[in-house]
Amino acid sequence: MSKIWKLDNDIDTDIILPTEYLAFETVQEMKPYAFSPLRPELAAQIQPGDMIVAGNNFGCGSSREQAPEVVKALGISCIVAKSFARIFFRNAINNGLLLIEQPDLYDEVNEGDEAEVIPGKEIIVNGKSYPIASLPENLTEILEAGGLVKAMRKRNGLD
Amino acid sequence: MGMTMAEKIIAAAAGKESCKAGDIETVTLDRLMSNDGTTHLTIDMYNKLKNQRIADVDKLVWIIDHNIPADSPKTAASHKKMRDFAREHGITFYEGEGVCHQVMMEKHVRPGELIFGADSHTCAYGALGAFGTGVGCTDYLYAMVTGTSWLLVPETIRFNLHGALKEGVYARDLILTIIGRISANGANYKAMEFAGDGLKGLSIADRISICNLCVEAGAKTALMEVDDVALDYLKAHGREPKAIFKSDDDAVFSEVFDIDLSEIEPIVAKPHFVDNIVPVSECEGTKIDEAFLGSCNNGRIEDLRVGAAVIKGKHVADKVRFLVVPASREVYKQALQEGLLDIFMNAGAMVMNPNCSVCWGACQGVIGEGETLISTGTRNFKGRAGHKDSFVYLASAATVTASAIRGYITSADKV
Amino acid sequence: MGHTLVEKIIGNKVGHEVKPGDIVTVDVDWCMIDDIMVPFAVQKFEEMGFKKVAKPDGVVLIYDHFLPATQVDDSRHFRVGDEFAEKYGLKNVHRTDGICHQLMTEAGYVKPGDIAFGTDSHTVTYGCVGAFSTGIGYTEMAGILGTGQLWIKVPETIKVEIEGTLHGNVTSKDIILRIIGDLTASGATYQAIEFTGSTVDAMSVASRMTMSNMSVEAGAKCGLFAPDEKTCDYCKIPYDDSIKALHADNDAQYSKILRYKAEDFKPVCACPSLVDNIKPVKELKGTKVDQVFIGSCTNGRLEDLRAAATILKGKHVAPFVKLIVTPASRKIYREALADGTLEILSDAGAIITTPGCGLCCGRGGGILSDDEVVVATNNRNFLGRMGTSKVQIYLASPVTAAATAIAGEIVEG
Repeated sequence: MSKIWKLDNDIDTDIILPTEYLAFETVQEMKPYAFSPLRPELAAQIQPGDMIVAGNNFGCGSSREQAPEVVKALGISCIVAKSFARIFFRNAINNGLLLIEQPDLYDEVNEGDEAEVIPGKEIIVNGKSYPIASLPENLTEILEAGGLVKAMRKRNGLD
Repeated sequence: MGMTMAEKIIAAAAGKESCKAGDIETVTLDRLMSNDGTTHLTIDMYNKLKNQRIADVDKLVWIIDHNIPADSPKTAASHKKMRDFAREHGITFYEGEGVCHQVMMEKHVRPGELIFGADSHTCAYGALGAFGTGVGCTDYLYAMVTGTSWLLVPETIRFNLHGALKEGVYARDLILTIIGRISANGANYKAMEFAGDGLKGLSIADRISICNLCVEAGAKTALMEVDDVALDYLKAHGREPKAIFKSDDDAVFSEVFDIDLSEIEPIVAKPHFVDNIVPVSECEGTKIDEAFLGSCNNGRIEDLRVGAAVIKGKHVADKVRFLVVPASREVYKQALQEGLLDIFMNAGAMVMNPNCSVCWGACQGVIGEGETLISTGTRNFKGRAGHKDSFVYLASAATVTASAIRGYITSADKV
Repeated sequence: MGHTLVEKIIGNKVGHEVKPGDIVTVDVDWCMIDDIMVPFAVQKFEEMGFKKVAKPDGVVLIYDHFLPATQVDDSRHFRVGDEFAEKYGLKNVHRTDGICHQLMTEAGYVKPGDIAFGTDSHTVTYGCVGAFSTGIGYTEMAGILGTGQLWIKVPETIKVEIEGTLHGNVTSKDIILRIIGDLTASGATYQAIEFTGSTVDAMSVASRMTMSNMSVEAGAKCGLFAPDEKTCDYCKIPYDDSIKALHADNDAQYSKILRYKAEDFKPVCACPSLVDNIKPVKELKGTKVDQVFIGSCTNGRLEDLRAAATILKGKHVAPFVKLIVTPASRKIYREALADGTLEILSDAGAIITTPGCGLCCGRGGGILSDDEVVVATNNRNFLGRMGTSKVQIYLASPVTAAATAIAGEIVEG
C-alpha cells in the first residue's frame, strides 16, 4: 500500500525543483528542496513507497530532468495524474519513474489515503477500483530495463 | 606650527581653528554614503532605536551597487528594505547607476568635505581633496542620527610625486608599488597625502585609482592637493569646492617619500595579498580563466580606453571570460559613444551593467574552485572573487586586457 | 490524404509518409545542450558506455544560464563542457555569445526542415524557421549523442489561423499569450501547433520566434511556421523548391483549428502564477510594479529592444522602479549599440546587462523579494521563478513592459 500525497493542477518543474538548486552535483543534495516553493515541508514528509496524486498537466514547464530524478530519489513509487506534460513524461520514464494517467482518482481521494497500484490494470483506494491503461511497448521496455541509461548500457553490451 | 590637509579638514569639521595628529575631535559630517553591502543592517539597528531621527537627511546618499541586479532572494530583500526606507525618508538614492564611489565622485563629493562611507574604499574621495573614510554600520548609524562623530586626527605620510609615468605604466602600477613598499599595514590609522609636480600629469581617474587603494595599506584616508585638474572635473560636473586645503610648508608628517614616477614598472599583486607585488614578467605565462576590467578602482572611461586600445582588432582567448564593467552610467554612455563598448563586444568580452560584482565576488562573474582571475579590482584576498580555493591577481587595465587576449598573464607590449 | 507541416518534416526525414500516432526513429540534425544540463548529459553519456559521439558536428554546447556566474559552482559546468568538447571533438561551443535558442538559428545551425532536440523546453523556438525542434531531458540527450537518433511519436496538429492587421501596440507576444489562454497550459500537450494566415505571413522571423518559443507553455511538442522568403533571408539559404514544399497540404487533418482576426487582439498579460491566466492590460491598470524585465529567448531581440526604445525615448523609468534589459545575444547587443537603441534605453534609466538568460532562469539578473511585482517579457511566471514564491510575475510584450516602466504601474503601450 502507498500513502497518497495530493497536489494540484499545473504542478510545474520550477515547483518540483527550483532553478536555484539545479546545479547541485548530486540528486541527493537536491532532495530537501523538492516542491519547496509550494510546500517547503513536503520533501521531509515523503516516505519511500509513497505516491503522488495530482490534477492536470503535472510537470509542465522546463525540460529539467532533475525534476523526475528528485521525485524518484524521494522514494515516490508512482505519480497518478489526470495528465502529464510531455517532456516530464519522457524524462520520468527514462529514469524508471512510473507515471499513470487516471481521470477520476484525483477528484475522489484525499491526502493520506492508502492506495494499491497494480500496473497496467488498476488502482484500488478506499475499496474502489480505478482502471488504468498500460504504456506503449517501447516505453515499457525502457521502464522494465530500469531507465534509459540501463537500456543503452545493454545496447552497448555492458550489462 | 603648520597643519596637514587632514588636520585642516578635521579642524574645520570640528569648528576649530586648529587640531593636531593624536587629538580626538567631535566632527560634523558633510556627507554620509552607504551601499547595499551593509545598509540593511544599519536599518535594522535604526529600527531598534528609541528615538528615531535623522539629523540631516540631505547629507545621506544611499547606493545599490554591490549586487545589482540582485542575484538571490536574500539580496533582493535587503535591496527592498533599503529602497523602501530611502523612499519613506526622502534619502538621495541610486540603484544601478554605478559603483558607489564613482557615483559619489561624479555627483556629490566636494573639496574640503568630511565624508563617512559605510565602505572601506571611501578614501577615494581624496582625489578631490575631500576627507573620505570607511566606517562600520554602528558608526554610520550614530553619524546618521546625530550628524556628528568622533575622529582620531591621523598622522600623515606624505608622498611627493616627481616626473611622469612611462608609457604603458599606469596609476594603478604606482599605487600597488607604493603599497608593496610600505606593506599592507604601513599606513594604519594614517592619512596618505599625495603632492608634488608629478601630480599634474595624473588625470582624475588616475587620482581616484591611487586614493581608492590607500586603504589596502591600512590608511584612514587619502588626500591630494586640489589643482586645476580637480577643479575642471568639479566644474564639468556642476559643483563648487566647499574649501580648498593644502598642507602648510611646516606641517608635520610622520614620514615623507619622494617617488620618481619614471621608475615605476608594470606590476602584478599576486594572491592572496595586495602588497605581494612583483613585476608582470614574474607571472608571465600563468594561465587564467577570467579577466575583469572594472570596479571603483579601474572602471572609468580612461581605463576602458586603455583596455580597448589593447584589444582592438584582437580577440579574447577561447576559454577566458573577460568581463568589462563600466564604473557608472556616465562611464557606460561615454564608452558607448566612443565606440569602446563595441570594440569589447566585438572582441568577445562581456560588457556588463555598472556595478561592483567581480571585485567583491558576488552577483556576476563569480569564479569557481581552482580558477584564476586577473583583475583591476581592489583586493586579491583568498576567496575574494568566489570559491575559497581560487586565485586573484591584481594588475592594470592594460595588463588585464593583454592577459585576457592571451589566456595567461602577460603585459600589453607582448600582444 | 494531405499532411500537416510536422508530418511532412518528419516524413521527409524518415523517407516515408507518417501519420499522427506513428512512433518513428529519426536521425537528429542538431543537438543543443545548455550549460545547466551539460554535466548531467555528460555523466549519463558515460554511464551508457558510449565511446564516441555519433555526430559531433551536429552538437552545439551553449553556456547561457550561468553567465555571468552567480554561484561558485557555476563554472564547473563550463569546465565539464569544455573537457567533453575536447575529448569528443565537438567544435560548436558558445561560451559567452548569448541565449541558446537565439543562437541556434542566428548562428546558422538550424534550417527549415531540420530536426533538432535540446535540453531545454524552449527548444521549440526553432519552429520559427520551419524546423521540428523540441525539449528533452539529459538522459535522452545522452542517448542521441551516442546513437544520433531518437524515437518520436508523430503529433497531431492544432492549426492557428490569424488574418488581418494588428493594432499598433499589439505584438506577437500578445497573440501567443492569448492563444495559450484560450488553449490552456495543457491544451496542446503532445501536439504540434501550426501558425498560418496573413498576419503571421506579415510578421518578421523574430516575431514568429516569440510564438514558437511560447508554444510549449500550452504543452505543445512544437510550434511551427512554414518557411517563406523572410525565413530564407534570415537563414541565408536560397528560397528554392524544397523550401516551398515545406507547408501543410490543403486537405491536411487537424485535431483542432483556431481562427482569429488580428484586429481582435489586445495587449494582454499572463497574471500570477500561471501562463494561461490571461487578462487584458486595461483590466490591470493601476497595478504598481517594482521592476520591469525586457529580455529572454522570448523577447530579447533587436525588434523588441527597439519597440521599448521607441516608447522610452526622451522619458525616464519611474522613481524607485528598475528596468532591466538583457539582449538575447552578442550580435543583438552590438546591433542595438550601433543603431542607438541601447543609448536611448540607458538614458531612460535602464540597467543593461550582458546577453544571457538573466532573470528568466531565476539565478540572477534581477531576483525579487516577497510582495514585489515584476512585469517581464519572458516566457514563464511560475511560482518562485524569479525569487521567492511571494513575487508576483506578469508576462507581457516589450511594448507593455516599456510603458509600464515609465508609469510605474501596468499600462498599455
